[in-house]
Amino acid sequence: MIEVSNLSKVFDGFCAVDKLSFSVKPGEVLGFLGPNGAGKSTTMKIITGFLAPSEGEVSVMGHNVLTSPKLAQREIGYLPEGAPAYADMTVLASLKFIGQVRGFSGSELQQRIDSVVGKVELEPVLSKRVETLSKGYCRRLGIAQSLLHDPKVLILDEPTDGLDPNQKHQVRELIRNLSKDKTVIVSTHILEEVSAVCTRAMILAEGKVVFDGTPKELAAKSDFHNAVTIRLSEANGSVVDELRKLSQVKQVNTGDDGEITVIPVDGQSILSEVSPVLHSQSCVLEELHVEVGRLDDVFRKVTSSPRVGESSVKEQVA
Amino acid sequence: MKPVNVILNRELASYFATPVAYIFIIIFLMLSGVFTFYLGHFFDRGQADLTAFFNFIPWLYLVLVPSVAMRLWSEERRSGTIELLMTLPVSTGEVVVAKFLAAWLFIGLALLLTFPLWITVNYLGEPDNGVILAGYLGSWLMAGGFLAIGSCLSAATKNQIVAFILTLVVCFLMIVSGFPIVQDVFSSWAPLWLVDGFVTLSFLTHFDAISRGVIDLRDIVYFVVLIAAWLYASVLVIDMKKAD
Repeated sequence: MIEVSNLSKVFDGFCAVDKLSFSVKPGEVLGFLGPNGAGKSTTMKIITGFLAPSEGEVSVMGHNVLTSPKLAQREIGYLPEGAPAYADMTVLASLKFIGQVRGFSGSELQQRIDSVVGKVELEPVLSKRVETLSKGYCRRLGIAQSLLHDPKVLILDEPTDGLDPNQKHQVRELIRNLSKDKTVIVSTHILEEVSAVCTRAMILAEGKVVFDGTPKELAAKSDFHNAVTIRLSEANGSVVDELRKLSQVKQVNTGDDGEITVIPVDGQSILSEVSPVLHSQSCVLEELHVEVGRLDDVFRKVTSSPRVGESSVKEQVA
Repeated sequence: MKPVNVILNRELASYFATPVAYIFIIIFLMLSGVFTFYLGHFFDRGQADLTAFFNFIPWLYLVLVPSVAMRLWSEERRSGTIELLMTLPVSTGEVVVAKFLAAWLFIGLALLLTFPLWITVNYLGEPDNGVILAGYLGSWLMAGGFLAIGSCLSAATKNQIVAFILTLVVCFLMIVSGFPIVQDVFSSWAPLWLVDGFVTLSFLTHFDAISRGVIDLRDIVYFVVLIAAWLYASVLVIDMKKAD
């Protein structure tokens, strides 16, 4: 359980987090989204007790992070941004160090290390020094140390950054398979990750929440929600004209490769209207699918609304 | 094991995981030999004591201790491991003390390795070993003072070179404030209590007293308070600047 109320953080006149309030319940996997500089990492740093907020309260499993940081930190497993680790230590020594600081020793420590090493597949590099590790192994070491004490609250800042597709899949599986009583916050730039692992998505922009809901609700905000994409075996201009005439259709886009995307008004389901048109024109279909919604499209829409400044828009374009 | 001990062990191990520790120890021992035998005229003095060694040790520490202290925090901040460390269930104070103790023990080890000097002087004559012991104790306490200053200044910057230079300058001032030349500059115009204050603050005043074999509680208290004050300042600086 994480409760954040009225949280603000100001750095030298720049407001990184602006009166943020939310709570995450056990069993929830919250995906933090947002452009760079939206305040995701700062919020995570405040929840883990690394940064003191300028204003507001944070409690983790009922412990106030400001007044009893140690109690809160015992409950938290944290992967900081960039997965920092001591370069001069071996992987095994790093895990031992974290485990010992957390109060484990002897066979219990060994058992816990064996268990997390197995989970993130670190065996091949156990005796290598951290400075010689690839980015993927570094990240996995970071995840391993955050899981070592089987925390109730897990906070992962970009856990899949720098991993190859297989490793990404593996980490997502890992997060999905965490026991159901854990409270998890994951920040990411990758939107598919939200639908893949999160039960709830939250988009931050300029330190404020601009969207909070399930990944499905997020997708539903897309213009492409329930859009029908078809590909015909041969181009047929009249089909496009007919589709444009439909009352529920907002727009029909045609791609270079003969792809036709029919976008509905207000995300309504339009397949039942589209298919009679296709039949009447006796088209031969090569492909037809209904889109759930394009997340990057929603992301752009919510984070570049007028109240969000020019800078964040530029960042996304880049 | 207590978290302080765990962090202390990790720090100590990290000194020896890189060549830094060995280079430091070798240079320290070489320089202490050079200072004692050539510049200190150990043989010419014809006295069975280590005064020649202890006279130079503040200057040796002035250069070498900041080089140990500079990496205490700058490195953690540069590599981001400070975030890993400070989000573990340990307080800033515990980490500051653990890191300081590790560095202090390391310098203590280097100091102990000058034991051939002690053997030499015992072989050549019959020195007052109590005075020598006091000299070693004073040296170690003084190293602690330098380190505590370095810990605080290292916390203030990500850049190790800046940390080194700042520590060196502050430590230099802490040494020379007890020098007659510096005192003369002040004594012509400043009130007596201010001049006395400067002298009392000097490392050298207290170190000289201890290394002469006079172990006065006030000199010990001076170093303990000095170390505690700078370590407390380190905690404040880290809490203030760790996010930068």
